[in-house]
Amino acid sequence: MSETLASTFTIQVDGQTVTVQAGQSIMEACDAAGIYIPRLCDCEGLVPQGSCRVCCVDINGRIQAACTQPAAPGQVIGNETPTLNAHRRTLVEMLFHEGNHLCPICEASGRCELQAMAYRLGITQASPYPYLQPVRPVDASHPDIALDNNRCILCGRCIRASRDIDQKHVFDYVGRGIHKRIGVSAARLAETDASLEDEAIARGTCPVGCILRKREGFDTPVGQRLFDRRPIDLDNAVQHHIPTQAVPAHIESDPP
Amino acid sequence: MKKKKRLATASLAGCFGCHMSLLDMDERLLEVLEHVEFDRSPLMDFKGFRQRCDIGLIEGGCCNEDNVHVLRQFRENCDVLVAIGQCAIMGGLPVMRNAIMHADDPLRECLEEAYNESPRVLNPGNHIPNDPALPLLLDKVYTCSEVVHIDFQIPGCPPSGDTLYQVLMALATGKKPEFSYGMIKYD
Ligand code: SF4
Ligand code: SF4
Ligand code: SF4
Repeated sequence: MSETLASTFTIQVDGQTVTVQAGQSIMEACDAAGIYIPRLCDCEGLVPQGSCRVCCVDINGRIQAACTQPAAPGQVIGNETPTLNAHRRTLVEMLFHEGNHLCPICEASGRCELQAMAYRLGITQASPYPYLQPVRPVDASHPDIALDNNRCILCGRCIRASRDIDQKHVFDYVGRGIHKRIGVSAARLAETDASLEDEAIARGTCPVGCILRKREGFDTPVGQRLFDRRPIDLDNAVQHHIPTQAVPAHIESDPP
Repeated sequence: MKKKKRLATASLAGCFGCHMSLLDMDERLLEVLEHVEFDRSPLMDFKGFRQRCDIGLIEGGCCNEDNVHVLRQFRENCDVLVAIGQCAIMGGLPVMRNAIMHADDPLRECLEEAYNESPRVLNPGNHIPNDPALPLLLDKVYTCSEVVHIDFQIPGCPPSGDTLYQVLMALATGKKPEFSYGMIKYD
């Protein structure tokens, strides 16, 4: 009895009381309670890395990433507030302007989480940022997989899936600042041991149209794609099945 | 009778798909025409503005000097200027040519690729079109809001007839257009 009391506590999220199991992040506690916090780089089953900042919430007056911030007793949290959604809109707009996002010709269109987040946030009007229109390489060397870096948002989901689930370390960041890119563990993808069976290559691991499984594009008609009719939310979030032996100790978050 | 809003439209560096989507309003076009009357538009074939307009719709971004000229005329002659479609908003497919704008001579490279070097081109004289009647290409493709102030954008490739109908009716009746979830599309 006393153990149960010590291992759970409550927080307030947008006025709703959420019960937290000790050790959960704010994101995990809200996911379990059915409250959606918008996110791009976080993905159930992968170590949270807190880099996209879309999941930022207001915790007792400070804005912090929900995926990496541990829940603590008595926190008062704002999630779907006009201010936070304005920040999220800015972040998503910057991602669109930093890469080359030609949705009309992208095979991820309709199931892309970046696009879906922009729809959810209602982005229609011009933003103050310039389109950077970078020139980034496309690597189509692998017989089954193509990489179009023009659409990469550097969320690192492929890196974590390849490292922690596939144990292959195919992907990693290279370069710094605006030159930061996703690199592969050889000169070209064809020379790595990446394969269609990898979690890193599974559809949905890459939230955008950067990692592409060849000959699978445009398989769902327009109008029936994941985000054609309903916004991105908890129910359609990607989840990874992690074999137990592959879970690094620091993401073991289930309460004892 | 209530005074109708005057509407002008133009297709710049686009595929005309956004204008086709205007026709996709089907019989609701008649309802729209109770609130607006056309000025300059490819749907009417007036080549120049006949009078000042309330609403201007622009399809496509700017890839040549004529596009810039027309866009500026629209800005001067329209109270509310609306960019419709991804080409007008972010450059769309034509903007793919900006991937070579970092080359030393990007325009030359673009033309060489289009008319000479592509394996699928048959052009025995290696002739690159340069008739004086052709507007000069710009160094790269510009979005509408990079050239003039744009008051409102309707995303999509093209925006659906439904979306265009709802936004146009809101503008024509002096309301602020709202986008429900399914109306926002980038493809
Ligand atoms: S990755 Fe997503 S946002 Fe980028 S072009 Fe493809 S569908 Fe559009
Ligand atoms: S390739 Fe995809 S999964 Fe990997 S960092 Fe880029 S956007 Fe994220
Ligand atoms: S947005 Fe699409 S439909 Fe409209 S002009 Fe451009 S390519 Fe054509």
